[in-house]
Amino acid sequence: MATAKLAKRTKQLNRSLAGNLGVYTVLFILAVFMVLPLVYTLVSSVKPLEEYWVFPPKFTVDHPTMKNYKDLFTMLTDSMIPFSRYLFNTAFVSIVGTAGHVILSSMCAFGLAKHRFPGSKIMFSMVVLALMFNTTVTRIPNFIIMSKLNMLDTYAALIVPAFGSSLGLYLMKQFMDSMVNDSVLESARIDGAGEWRVYWRMVMPMVKPAWLTLIIFSFRDLWNIGSTTYIQSEPLKTLNYVMSQISAGGVARAGAAAAAGVIMMIVPITVFIITQSNVVETMGSSGMKE
Amino acid sequence: MSVTPLKRSNKKSLGHKIKSNAICYALTLPYFAIFFIFTVCPVLISIFLSFTTFNVLEAPVFIGIENYARMFLDDDVFIIAIKNTFILAAITGPVSYLLSLAVAWLINDLNRFMRAFITVIFFAPSLSGNALLIWTVLFSSDAYGYANGFLMNLGIINQPIRWLQDPKYMMTLVIVVVLWSSLGTSFLSFIAGLQGINRSYYEAGAIDGIRNRWQELWYITLPAMRPQLMFGAVMSISSAFSIGDVVTRLVGFPSTNYAVHTIINHLQDYGGIRYEMGYASAIATVLFLAMIITNRIVRNLLSKVGE
Repeated sequence: MATAKLAKRTKQLNRSLAGNLGVYTVLFILAVFMVLPLVYTLVSSVKPLEEYWVFPPKFTVDHPTMKNYKDLFTMLTDSMIPFSRYLFNTAFVSIVGTAGHVILSSMCAFGLAKHRFPGSKIMFSMVVLALMFNTTVTRIPNFIIMSKLNMLDTYAALIVPAFGSSLGLYLMKQFMDSMVNDSVLESARIDGAGEWRVYWRMVMPMVKPAWLTLIIFSFRDLWNIGSTTYIQSEPLKTLNYVMSQISAGGVARAGAAAAAGVIMMIVPITVFIITQSNVVETMGSSGMKE
Repeated sequence: MSVTPLKRSNKKSLGHKIKSNAICYALTLPYFAIFFIFTVCPVLISIFLSFTTFNVLEAPVFIGIENYARMFLDDDVFIIAIKNTFILAAITGPVSYLLSLAVAWLINDLNRFMRAFITVIFFAPSLSGNALLIWTVLFSSDAYGYANGFLMNLGIINQPIRWLQDPKYMMTLVIVVVLWSSLGTSFLSFIAGLQGINRSYYEAGAIDGIRNRWQELWYITLPAMRPQLMFGAVMSISSAFSIGDVVTRLVGFPSTNYAVHTIINHLQDYGGIRYEMGYASAIATVLFLAMIITNRIVRNLLSKVGE
């Protein structure tokens, strides 16, 4: 009886039908605004070049073609370095950089969120402050540091700094503050679990939505690395660098550039869909356990 | 291994403290060492360089606060850049923050499939680094631009408008494009934060007499996700003050009459083109201080959430 009454009350907190309609209308308009430019890229990538220059400009395509993609691949295979090499570079840097960043930053975040020790507060405020310093002027000092460490022109120049990026630590620390209950950890420690076990077996599963979200941030940033002063030799350059060379080719390459844009977007969007659907899943199942 | 979580070990020597906290350092140092070498050191070097004149080729020469004096007394373009940066930050920062929060909250009640679908649509613009170039096509200055073609076809205008060169429209367009791509980092952290709120809080709230969704939002949801709100605020501040690349890619560099010239554009001008690294570093340091102050203010505002 009492529970039924309670359930009824929680139900009442939902919106009215009119409110729902209003909300969905607003969301729909916003969604169209968000997605139209991307649909446009997709449409342009199958648009034959003749249709690029009609007046009035048309959003749709009359004779869709795969020619732009074929052109793109011809350009890519004609280059000195095979396309697969650039793809490998970008994939390698993105995967290793993301994995290392998620593990190292969550380890550190666990240390900072659930322990207090000399230096912990300073460490955390340094990370938050670092998010606010513009990287344009730190490029030269970074270049010097990397050359001293003999890291220039290696994968390490892209991967190692990504391990220590400030975003991940701040994100993980904030989620551990709000989602991890100290008393649960304490009882595990009483049962004899070591700190590593507590971190890996208890804390990490509890903040799964956080690191799934972090994976997409880190992956996106690494996947989109283009030209950089740290990498000079051609075989180590990234996919985005090559793609932007093609887009820089002017109007004649507009179609191929659109195809390149689509290809660059596909992988991060796939990674995003996979991680995001898991964020939702975790929460659904953890709700059952409560 | 003796660990004293969330308790300060008192009256022990520093050496002993470090030893008894060995596990904490083992957890934190691998990350922190890398962070320190590749982020903290370059920042400290830049702040030092801001008191020098440095052209990258020759050794830096110490000149005291001359760079700072020059910036505020002798550089008219910098003053324009401050104005533009603050206008952009004051509009895009709060709007994108609140929009991220509102959309995340609205879609939180939807079923799994719809929520994932909408999240993808809203986050997609910030997934690709090159996506914003689409806007230069939509608003291109000739009759082939979609905006011009559409308006001319309807007979609203006779002449194509130079959207990206006319100071009348540039600021608005930059704001629109920034907002378009701004449902990014904060948005996703809000979604994850909302989904992580313990359901029992809501049940307890219903018993405590929460009457409507607004009360629920203010007294339960927002306080429960305060750490995520703070995270989102820092991310929004840092991106709102760092608008620069969007401007360059949309309206070129420098923009007509410096109409949307931002502090970041100014910094890139001196740091990336003229190689006056000392001056560029001083600009970065001033921007850094502006963000720290804003962050303090926002943090105070956020501490009032749920009161």
